[in-house]
Amino acid sequence: MELLCPAGSMPALKAAIEHGADAVYIGLKDDTNARHFAGLNFDEARLKEAARFVHQHGKKLHVAINTFAHPDNYQRWQRAVDMAAHAGADVLILADIAVLAYAAERYPKLERHLSVQASATNVAAINFYRQFGISRVVLPRVLSMQQVRAIARSCEIDLEVFAFGSLCIMAEGRCYLSSYMTGQSPNTAGACSPAAFVEWQDNDGTLESRLNGILIDRFAPNETAGYPTLCKGRFSVGDDTYHALEEPTSLNTLDLLPQLYAEGITSLKIEGRQRSPAYVAQITKVWRAAIDAVVSAPDHFNVQPHWQQVLAGLSEGSQTTLGAYHRKWK
Amino acid sequence: MQFSLGPVLYFWPKAQMLQFYREVADSDFDIVYLGETVCSKRRELKFDDYLAVAQMLREAGKQVCLSSMTLYEAPGELRELRKYVDNGEFLVEANDVGAISMLQEQSLPFVAGAAINCYNQHTLRRLVGMGLKRWVLPVELSGQWLSDVLNQSVISDIRDCFTTEVFSFGHLPLAWSGRCFTARSENRSKDQCELCCIKYPEGRQVSSQDGTQVFVLNGIQTLSGYRYNLVNQLSTMHNTVDIVRLSPQLTGTFDWLAKFKANRGGTAPQQLSATDSNGYWLQLAGMATG
Repeated sequence: MELLCPAGSMPALKAAIEHGADAVYIGLKDDTNARHFAGLNFDEARLKEAARFVHQHGKKLHVAINTFAHPDNYQRWQRAVDMAAHAGADVLILADIAVLAYAAERYPKLERHLSVQASATNVAAINFYRQFGISRVVLPRVLSMQQVRAIARSCEIDLEVFAFGSLCIMAEGRCYLSSYMTGQSPNTAGACSPAAFVEWQDNDGTLESRLNGILIDRFAPNETAGYPTLCKGRFSVGDDTYHALEEPTSLNTLDLLPQLYAEGITSLKIEGRQRSPAYVAQITKVWRAAIDAVVSAPDHFNVQPHWQQVLAGLSEGSQTTLGAYHRKWK
Repeated sequence: MQFSLGPVLYFWPKAQMLQFYREVADSDFDIVYLGETVCSKRRELKFDDYLAVAQMLREAGKQVCLSSMTLYEAPGELRELRKYVDNGEFLVEANDVGAISMLQEQSLPFVAGAAINCYNQHTLRRLVGMGLKRWVLPVELSGQWLSDVLNQSVISDIRDCFTTEVFSFGHLPLAWSGRCFTARSENRSKDQCELCCIKYPEGRQVSSQDGTQVFVLNGIQTLSGYRYNLVNQLSTMHNTVDIVRLSPQLTGTFDWLAKFKANRGGTAPQQLSATDSNGYWLQLAGMATG
C-alpha cells in the first residue's frame, strides 16, 4: 500500500520524501492542474530537480495535469505532458479525454492514472477510461466504503483513494459551484473558491467572509473563522441557518485503514498541495507509521491516539470526518 | 434552431408527471428528454412508465431522448442504466461516461449531456468517434468558448456529424454529491430520506444570511439559486447552437417556450427578473447578469 503525498514546492516535496512518502504528486506552475494557486507549484527547472531528488531516494514522482484543456490553448496541456515526460515523471495524473489520449499515444510507456477530476465513480466509467491505457483510478470522495469495496472486487485495476485532507463533498470534476459564484472552477481554472475573490469584513466583532460579494459565513467573536470555501458556508434553508452542504471539516480515514488494506487499495492519497512543508512533514509521518502498522499486523491494527491528535490539529476547524466512506455521513 | 425540453429534475408525483407530459405532447417543443437523472431512489415513474411516456410523445410527433443519471455509485444503478441503453428505440443522453461506455460497446449513437466533460475540440472529436451525435455544452461554458471549439480546424471535417445544444432556461444543475441535501435539511440521513424531496416540487431554496438566493437543493443535486435565462441571447446563437434547451419548471414552462420562440430573431426581448441570470453564456460568473 503506497503512501502518496502532496507537494506544492521543493521544500514540501523534500519533507514528504524524508518523512516516509512512497511517492509525491505535484503540478506545474499554470492552470493545467487543479491546485493553480499563486506562489505554488513547479516550473520546468524545479520539475527536473524534483524528479532527480525523488529518484535519488528510490521513490516516485506523479505529475497532475488534471484540468480540462481550453479550446484556444490546447497546446499548453500538450506541453505540460511533454514537459513532465521529459523531466522524468513516473506517472501522469490526467482527467481530460483529449489529454489522456495524447499521453497514451505519445508516451505509451509512461504510466497514466485517472485523476479524481475525471469523476469515475463506477465500474462502467472505469471501463470507459480503460481505452486510454490507464493503470490506476483515483476514486472520488463521494463513495461509501461499501461502494469502494464493490468496485475493488469487480475491477482488475489499481485503486487510489483519498485518505486525509480537505473534503470535496461533490463528485469532483462535475462541480460548477465555484464558477457559478466567481466565474472560475476547478475544471476551467484549476481552483475552487479562488482567493482573489475572498473578502473579510469585521462588523463590530462579527467577522463576515464573502466570495465575489456573496456572504458565505458570519463568525461570532468566539468562533474560529475558516476559509470561505463556498460549500462549507452557513446558509438559510427554510427557517434554519446552518451548514446546508457541509461543515468545515477534514477527511480522515485512519479508522478505515484495515478495511482499505483488506480490499487491496493500492494507494492512499493525502490531499494538500497548497499546504506548508511542516504540514506535509507531520501528516506524512503519521500516515507512514499507520500504514507500516497495518501492513505488519493487519488484524491487530489500532489507531494510536497521538496520530489522531496530530491529524486533528492539522484539520479544518480541528474537526475530522470519515465523509462519504461512512454511510451515516450521507 | 430547435427547442428541447430537458428531463424533469425535481421529484414530482406520478399523476403530476403524467399530466405534465400530456401538456408536453400538445406543446411546441421539438425534442423531449425524459428519465430520472438525479436519484435512483425516486421511483414514482419506473423505467417502463418512462418508456410508455416516450412512446406517447413520439406518437405526438416529438423526437424523444432518454436521459440517464449523472452520478452512478452502486451496481444496482448500473443495472438500471443498462435498461436505458438497451431500450431499443430511443436515443440516450449520457450524463456519465459509464453510459457512453455501455453505448459504445453496442455501437449506439448518443447525446453527451452537460455533465460530460467535453471542454475542447480534441475531446469532442474523440467522442464523435465513439458515437456522439449531439453535444450539450457544459453549463459553465460561454458562447465564446463554444465558438472557439467549433472554429477549430481539428473538427472541421466532422462538423456535420453532430449537433450542438445549450441549456438555456431553468435552474442550472451545478453539482452532485454522495449526500442528500434535502434529507439533511430535514435532519434525516440519506438512508432514511423517506423520499422527502417529493414535498419540494421546486427544490429547497438556499439563501445567504443576508438574503441572496445562492442555491436550490434538489436531493443529491445542487441547482443554481437563480434561474438561468438566455431568452435575450438567442439571436447570437444562430451560427453555433442547433438546439435550445428549457428545463421543466413547476409553472410557466410552456409560456416561456413561447417567449423564447418569439425572440429567436431578437425582436421580442424579455425583461429578466431579479432572480434570473445569464452570466455563464457571457463569460461572467454563472449567477451574474450581463
